[in-house]
Amino acid sequence: MGEMEELRKEADNLKDQITEARKVVQDTTLQEAVAGTTLVGRVQLKTRKTLRGHLAKIYAMHWGTDTNCSKLCVSASQDGKLIVWDTLTTNKVSAIPLKSSWVMTCAYAPSGNMVACGGLDNMCSIYNLKGKDGNVKVMRELAAHTGYLSCCRFLSDSEIITSSGDCTCVLWDIETGTEKTIFAGHLGDCMSLAVSPDFKMFISGACDFTAKLWDIREASCRQTFSGHESDINAIGFFPNGNAVITGSDDATCKLYDLRADQELITYQDSGIMCGVTSLAPSLSGRLLLAGYDDFNVNIWDMLKAERVGVLAGHDNRVSCIGVSSDGMACCTGSWDSFLKIWN
Amino acid sequence: MQSSSNTARARRAVQQLRIEASIERIKVSKASADLMHYCGEQGKYDPLLMGIPASENPFKDKKPCTIL
Repeated sequence: MGEMEELRKEADNLKDQITEARKVVQDTTLQEAVAGTTLVGRVQLKTRKTLRGHLAKIYAMHWGTDTNCSKLCVSASQDGKLIVWDTLTTNKVSAIPLKSSWVMTCAYAPSGNMVACGGLDNMCSIYNLKGKDGNVKVMRELAAHTGYLSCCRFLSDSEIITSSGDCTCVLWDIETGTEKTIFAGHLGDCMSLAVSPDFKMFISGACDFTAKLWDIREASCRQTFSGHESDINAIGFFPNGNAVITGSDDATCKLYDLRADQELITYQDSGIMCGVTSLAPSLSGRLLLAGYDDFNVNIWDMLKAERVGVLAGHDNRVSCIGVSSDGMACCTGSWDSFLKIWN
Repeated sequence: MQSSSNTARARRAVQQLRIEASIERIKVSKASADLMHYCGEQGKYDPLLMGIPASENPFKDKKPCTIL
């Protein structure tokens, strides 16, 4: 038992070292640094479109990338359907029936050729949107996770990353349907993931209250960020890839800088007491849009950490949010079965 | 054996902490300045921040005009 005691001591020492090293570079705070910056003026976005068609709670949505599928997005609902929408016309481009209706996540491939989804079936199903006869069919079923699929994001048409309730994230080879890399380290269900703008890293948020930065090719965890007091449900990169934003059941969002290796600021308000379900930065990163359990989306000035707007329009929890890649619109999905497009 | 898998797990945890402790860190002043600079430079191209003129908003329904 001597070795366990030694290992525990070394772990504690290393944790103290990390805390110290973070303090050493903390020559100021973001709050002090932006003292002279003017607060963003009140942001008032209007609902431009309502996408109607799902018959049950919407759990996820993801925008297509602009070049190939401008203004298309995919949504997943526990009515057992994935719907690809043309958000400009509100037409349904595809309505894909799923084998399992317990879907929790969906993703659009950057090429626009595929979508993916998964949930309580523990699998990530890949669908080919550009099949020869025009029918959308299951291309692959990626099965190996021993827990629910909470999130998935394509790196390309041949690779996808998934996060799971089994506490791991996995990089898959879609062609062969096999696991290329398993990213283990979280001590709780992985709830969300986001890929860096340069596609070299990804971040995961979990029920162990931490966010982890992973190097995809080195297959290693580079950094771990703590501070939240409950499950992290949502995670995203600041547009330049140098910072990470998290949203938690503790009712706050946090901004962590990757190069300073620490939390820079917390987005909280004594009036907000419910969990954050989803988040998305605006194109420049200056605005943070976050969906909450109280049916609203709060818009934050990301530098000044003050609320500058609210999107109120759903009749139930906002479960997912995304900003289109050209920054022109924000899409919210809700348990009320509707998606709304705002700008 | 339970105890050896516990030790293996503890060894992996220490190994991971060694990696995380050894990274280079920049000053918070520099990190903040870079974020502020990025927001400043990119803000003018951010439609949700700057607002979108009705004529350039593809999502805005074009209503017919009546000439009075």
